[in-house]
Amino acid sequence: MTDAIAPRYGRRRRTDKVMLGLCWAATAFGLGWLVLILFSLIWNGASGLDLAVFMEMTPPAGSTGGGLLNAIVGSLIITAIGVAIGAPLGMLAGTYMAEYGRYSKLASVTRFINDILLSAPSIIIGLFIYGAVVVPMHGATGIAGGIALAVIVVPVVVRTTEDMLLLVPNPLREAASALGLPRSHVIIKVAYKAARAGLITGVLLAVARISGETAPLLFTSANSPYWSVDPFHDAMANLPVTINNFVNNPDPNWRRLAWAAALIITFAVLVLNIVARVLGATRAPK
Amino acid sequence: MTDMAIEDAVAQTMVASRARALNAFKFGDATFYWMTRIAAICVLLILGGIIAYLIVGAWPALTTYGLNFLSTQRWAPELDPPVLGGLAPIYGTLLTSAIALLIAVPVGLGVAVFLTELCPQWLRRPIGIAVELLAGIPSIIYGMWGFFVLGPALANTIEPAIVSFFARVPVLNVIFAGPTSNQSIFNASLILAIMVLPFITAIARDVFLTVPPVLKEAAYGVGCTTWEVVRSVMVPYTRVGLIGGIMLALGRALGETMAVTFVIGNAFRVQASIFAPGTTISAAIASEFAESADLYQSALILLGLLLFVLTFFVLAAARLMLMQLRRRAGG
Repeated sequence: MTDAIAPRYGRRRRTDKVMLGLCWAATAFGLGWLVLILFSLIWNGASGLDLAVFMEMTPPAGSTGGGLLNAIVGSLIITAIGVAIGAPLGMLAGTYMAEYGRYSKLASVTRFINDILLSAPSIIIGLFIYGAVVVPMHGATGIAGGIALAVIVVPVVVRTTEDMLLLVPNPLREAASALGLPRSHVIIKVAYKAARAGLITGVLLAVARISGETAPLLFTSANSPYWSVDPFHDAMANLPVTINNFVNNPDPNWRRLAWAAALIITFAVLVLNIVARVLGATRAPK
Repeated sequence: MTDMAIEDAVAQTMVASRARALNAFKFGDATFYWMTRIAAICVLLILGGIIAYLIVGAWPALTTYGLNFLSTQRWAPELDPPVLGGLAPIYGTLLTSAIALLIAVPVGLGVAVFLTELCPQWLRRPIGIAVELLAGIPSIIYGMWGFFVLGPALANTIEPAIVSFFARVPVLNVIFAGPTSNQSIFNASLILAIMVLPFITAIARDVFLTVPPVLKEAAYGVGCTTWEVVRSVMVPYTRVGLIGGIMLALGRALGETMAVTFVIGNAFRVQASIFAPGTTISAAIASEFAESADLYQSALILLGLLLFVLTFFVLAAARLMLMQLRRRAGG
C-alpha cells in the first residue's frame, strides 16, 4: 500500500516545494521593489540636501542654489489647518458612534459612509473643495488646501477614535456613572483618558496620511514660488505640489530639489508612523 | 482618574446650589451629545456634498454629450464647441487597475503566506512592520520614482525585449507592440502594482491570522503539506475577506492620481498595446483641470463623477464583504 501512495506523495511534496518557493520569490520580488525605491530616494535625495534647502526660498527655473523653505512652512501651515479642523470633528463623530449611538441607525450608516470616505479618491476631494471653497473665494488659498486635507483627516480619526473607545472596558464607564457623573463627564474624563494613547495615535496617523497628499492640493492651495504664510489670501507654497511642478520640468536644479523634498516628506511620514506605532503599542488598552 | 472628575463635581456642588449644578450637568450633557451627533451627521454631509457637487458640476457636460460621452474617444477641448469623450480615460483607468491587480494580487498573497506560514518567527515582526510602513509612503514618491527611474529603465531594456520576443505571435504582438516609451499604460500599471502591494499584503496577512489554529493543525494532522493547508484550509476559510481586501485595493488603484500621472503619458487614445501611452480619469483631471473652463471643466467633473461612482460601488462591496468576515469571526 505504501508503494501506491509513495509516488503521489512525492508529487505532493514537489508541488509543496514549488509553491512555497514561489512564496519566497514573491516576498523577494515585493520587498526588492520597495528597497529599490527607498535606495534611489535616499541616494538622490541626500545628494540634493544641504542647509540652503531649509533656509532659502524655491528658486526660479534655470538658476542654481535655492531651497524649499517657503514650501516647508506652507506645508506645515496647511497640515496644521487640516488637523485643527479635521481632528476635533472626527473625534466627536467617533465619540458619537462609540458612546452614544453604538447600535443606532445613524451610527451604522455613518460607519459605512466613513469607511468609504476613508478610501475615496483624493483627487475627487480636491475637485469638491475647489467647487465648495476655491470658487467662492475667487482663487486658491492655503485655507482651501487645509479644508481639503481636513476632509481626508476626518475618516481616519473617526475610525481610530471609535475603535479605541470601544476598547475601553465598560466597567470603567459603569463605575463612573455609579458615582453620579453625567454622561459627558464619563466620556471626557474617563473614556477619553483611558483611550488617550490610542486617540493620539489616530491623529498622528492622520497627519502622516495627509503630509504627502498631493492630488487634493493641486487646485485648492495650488503652489507659490514666494514666501506665503497668509492662509486666507493667495496660493500657498507646499512640498507635494512643489515636487509635482519641479518633476515636470527638465531644469536639473529643480529636479535636485524635488528629490530632496521627496526625501523630507518620506522621512517625516516614516517618523510619524513609527511614533504612532510605538505609542499605540505601549499605551493602547488592548 | 475619576478622582479629578469627582473633585470637580464636588467643588461645583459646593459653590452652587445642588439644583443649579444638576442643571449645568444637564445642559453640558445635552450640548456634548448634540456636538457629537452633529459631527457624525457632518461625515454624511461631506459625502452628500461631494456627490451633489459632482452632479451639479457635471450637469452641462451630461446634458450636452449624454451617453455618447462613454463611447467617444476624441478629446478636443480646443475646438469650438469642444468635442469631448471619456472613452480613453475610462479605458485607461480600468486597464491600469486590472493589470496592477493581476501583478499585485498573486505577489501580495505570496508575501502574506510567507509572513504567516514560512517566515522564521524573528523575521515576522520586522517584515510585517516594513510592509505597513511602506503602505504609508505618499503616492507622489512612487510616481516620481516611476518617472525618473523605472520608466526609462523599462523602456530601454525589458520592454523592447518583450516586443521583439512576441513580434511573430498573433494577438500578443498587438498587446505588446512597440515603440516603447518612458510613459505607458504598462509602466503606470506596474507602479500601481508596487503601490498597492503592501496594502494587499497587510490585509491578506490579517485575514490569514483569523484562521483558527485548530483548523490548520487538524489539516497538518491528517498529513497535509504546507501548501495544501494554504490552498485547502486557509484560502477557503478567508475567501470573503481576501476578496474584500482585493476590492479595497482595487478601489485604491482606480482612484490613484499622483503615482499614475507622471508615468502614463496623458494621451487620450485607446490603443491595444500596453506599451503605448494612455491616460486615466484621475490623471486627466490632475493635469487638465487647472486650465479648464466651462464645458471643458464640466466634462472633467463628469469624469470625476464616473470615477466616484465606480469606486463607491467597489468600496461598498469590499466593506460589506469584510464586515461579513468580521461578523463570522465574532469580532
